Formats: sequence, structure tokens, C-alpha cells
Amino acid sequence: MPELTDLRDRTCIVGIGETAYTRGTPKSALELALAASLGAIEDAGIKPEAVDAVILPAGAGSGGTAGDFIANFGLPDLHYTTSLQEMGGAMCVSALESAAVALVSGIAHYALIPLCSRFYSGRKARQLNSDPGTGLQSAETIRDYYAPFGVAAPPQHYAWMAQRHMQLYGTTHEQLGAIAVAMRKHAQLHPNALMKRAPITLDDYLASRWVSYPYRLLDCCLETDGAAALLVTTTERAKDLRKPPVYVMGVTSGHPFPPHDLPNRPDLLKMGLDFCAPRAYAMAGVKPDDMDFAEIYDCFTGQMMLQLESAGFCQRGEGGPFVENGRIELGGALPVNTHGGLLSQGHNAGMNHLVEAVVQLRHEAGTRQVQDAELGAVTGWGGHGHGSMAILRR
Amino acid sequence: MKTDSPTPIVKLPVLRGYTKEFYDWCHQRELRFQRCQSCGTWRHPPRPMCGSCHSLQWEWAPTTGTGKVYCWTIVYQALDPAFANDVPYAAVVVELDEGPRLATWVTGIAPDQLYVGMPVEVWFEDLSDDVALPKFKPAEAH
Repeated sequence: MPELTDLRDRTCIVGIGETAYTRGTPKSALELALAASLGAIEDAGIKPEAVDAVILPAGAGSGGTAGDFIANFGLPDLHYTTSLQEMGGAMCVSALESAAVALVSGIAHYALIPLCSRFYSGRKARQLNSDPGTGLQSAETIRDYYAPFGVAAPPQHYAWMAQRHMQLYGTTHEQLGAIAVAMRKHAQLHPNALMKRAPITLDDYLASRWVSYPYRLLDCCLETDGAAALLVTTTERAKDLRKPPVYVMGVTSGHPFPPHDLPNRPDLLKMGLDFCAPRAYAMAGVKPDDMDFAEIYDCFTGQMMLQLESAGFCQRGEGGPFVENGRIELGGALPVNTHGGLLSQGHNAGMNHLVEAVVQLRHEAGTRQVQDAELGAVTGWGGHGHGSMAILRR
Repeated sequence: MKTDSPTPIVKLPVLRGYTKEFYDWCHQRELRFQRCQSCGTWRHPPRPMCGSCHSLQWEWAPTTGTGKVYCWTIVYQALDPAFANDVPYAAVVVELDEGPRLATWVTGIAPDQLYVGMPVEVWFEDLSDDVALPKFKPAEAH
């Protein structure tokens, strides 16, 4: 009988590619996605023709369709493609899961995961849910049951969760601010971070304008243009490639109930990650304490705090105190989002979190390197709280 | 928060299927939700099957229209321009006494007067000939 642990260490990320993150671009989503993909393929040192799986996190919204990648790379025989669009921002880590399944099954040998975000030049992130047009039930819930009441975008309905957490556990604005400040500090050390020359203090945070209480402007991630890509293959094939492999020890996805609506969850704060994080640790055979760093999906400060709890780094309700006093900063007990995250590097739907984890585990992160990093966790969050988690090692 | 004039809504709910039925009841000044006719479990937003017992038999069951404030956000930046004149406004999750929760407004009080567990009761605001929104106000003392 197949078991959960059968996927442990069977696949590796062997290539990463990333374009510049910008606010504004003359390039099309497909051009950016192709550039990042070529970067990942060259980083791995394979020929593009070897790619036989294209996992599209956001379907055609990833920058192109499978057909686009076949046509542009001249792929002779694509074996496998799939999309994780419904997962929202959890889709990139879930795409890694799909790649692992396809590779270990033998269906495919080299899987490309490309993603381009044009949240600045395209339809802005703040508009994503107000005119869904996606056919997704979660978007229709917003259109039909939230938007008539002026709740149409993530900073608004996600704020419900942060407010609930503050009410239940006494979480403070200063604690949310500690997350924003930490992300901005890390971005100062990344050459490809939108906010690399814009440090902030806690006072700056507290002075920033309200967007949707308890979220201020500096609780919100950055509308960004840019693309990134991963190349994934089996552990056997990874050994002969250009860069040291980064092993996928565990990778899982999970869903809240009901998935399509926030208010009607019996427990508003129980998310997909609460379900999939224990499975990820079980697959990997490690514990939260073993992690040298974590790249946590930070669409908003509160969502990062909630995920630190769901991923087992602290208990429910303790996320506020956990992020204080530099614990999540480089040099702290658990450096989080060493690239600056969605909040300060840029919003590429968490593909940048996976890229950064690989950079850290290759020990190529320069001044922001987590010393002797051996193990790292990456989470995804999307839709109304779908979740995903990867545990990676060098 | 303005409570005395119709809200200038640009985007109305799309009245199709179950959503049309939900808002048709609101139009008749009744706040109803789906309830399973097999096991009695309430559900919202509407869908065909009971997630508890898998029955496809259900009804639009009436509620008393009374409930409590569960959580909220106060919107300062109107991402939808239709709400530009309303900011700051509180978008509140209310839990009905019967159990279902919904996104709504609590009118007649300032956002900073909200508290968790605050008793509220429904009223209906006509947005168009077809659509009335269920909104809430502080419950009268009984």
C-alpha cells in the first residue's frame, strides 16, 4: 500500500528562475513567464526539450497555457499538465505537490512550474474579487454575499480574521507591526526587492493610514509585476545536474470548511494549513522546531501570524507574542521571509517564497543567509484560506 | 456611517439559482437560509447537498432575524467607488440565533460602538426593484 511518506525525498527542486519584480512592465505575462522558466531550466542545466510536465499554478493565469509553453520552448512531448487555480495563493506550493506526484509516479521526468503575476500592470490585486469572472464559487460568494456590503477585496474580508484574533487573544497593533517591520528589514538585504530602499520603523507602521481596520496600508502586500519558475525532477536525476539539489521532504495541501465562505466556518481561524501542516511534518519526519527558517505566505500581516500558529510554530492565540522582539527576523529563533515576502519583496503569489527557500538551502543568500540552514518550511494561503506546505532540505 | 439614504451600489448580487431565491425572500422581508430536511443542519451560502448527512432535501427555513455581532472590519478605503461616500463603514459578520452567519452592516450606531456579542435584529434596505439587502440594527430591549 502506498503511504504518505513515500513522497519524502523522492523529488528535488533543481532549478530556479526569477525576473525583476517591478511596478509596471512593458512585457506580457507570457514573456515574463518564459524568461523566468528559461532561467530555471538553465539553472538546472538541462535542455528545454527535456521538460515533459508543466504545472500551471493559476491555469492560463500563470502567464500562459500548456500550449504556450509547448509552442515557445518547442517541447516535443509534454506528458502532463494541471492547474491549481482554485487554491489561490496556496497554488504554488500545491503545484510542487502535483509535480512530485507526477514525477514519482513515473508519468513525467522534468516538471516546470512557471508563474507570472501582473498585479500592478494587469488587474490589480485589490480588484481581484470584485469582478470575479473566474467561475469559482468563492468569488461568487464575494460577488453575491459580500460585495453588496462593501466587502470585495482581500484586505477587507481577511481583516475579519485579524479582528477576531485580536478579540479572542488580545493581539495588538504593535504585534502586527512587528511583522511589517521585519519583512521590510529583510527586503533591505535583497537586490530584487521592491522595498529595498524603503526601511520602516514601528512608528511608521502605526502612522500609516487605515485600509480596513485592523489593517493599515503597511499590513498589506505589494501589487507587483514579475515572474518566477521552478524546475523539479526525481532525486536520481537531480544528482547529475548543475546545482546541488534541494530535497522535497514533505509537501501537502489542505482546505477549510466550508471552503467558499469565511463567516460560516465553525471556527473562523481554522484554515487549510491547520489540516495539511501535520501531514507535511509526518511526510517529512520532522517537527516545527527543526526548521532553520520559514517562508510564510504574507498577503497581510495577520494572515502570516495565523499561519505561524497553524504551521505549529506556536500555539493558537500565541502568534502575536511570537512575532515580537525580533524572533522572526534574521538572527532570531525563526527567521521568516528572509527575502522580505509579499509585504516587502513583491507579490508573486508565493512563488518567490519557494525561490527564496531554495536560495537559502543552497547557501547562496549572501548577506541575508541563515547560517548553516539545512531545513526550511514554505506555506501557501489562498482563496478563503486554502493552505499548502512544503518542507525542504539541502 | 450613513444610514438614512440608499447606498449607491454599483454591483448587485447576480440573481440566479439559489442566490435569486435567497434575495427573493429578502425582498419579501424574510431572512431565510437553507436547512437540511433530513438532519436539520443550516447552511450558507446556498448549495445543493447537506455536508453533514448528504441529503439533497432542504428548505428555505425562516429565522427570527435576531442575532449577535461576531466580528467586523472598518473600511476606510473604499476599494469599490460605490462606497466612497460611506467610509468609514463597518462590514460586520452577524451570527443569527439559529446559527448561520452572514456579512452585513449594523446601522444606527458608530463603528466604534460595536462589540462582540452585541444583540442585533434584521431590517431590509431596498436597493432596486428586485434586491433588498438584509442589514441589522441594535436589537430593541425586550
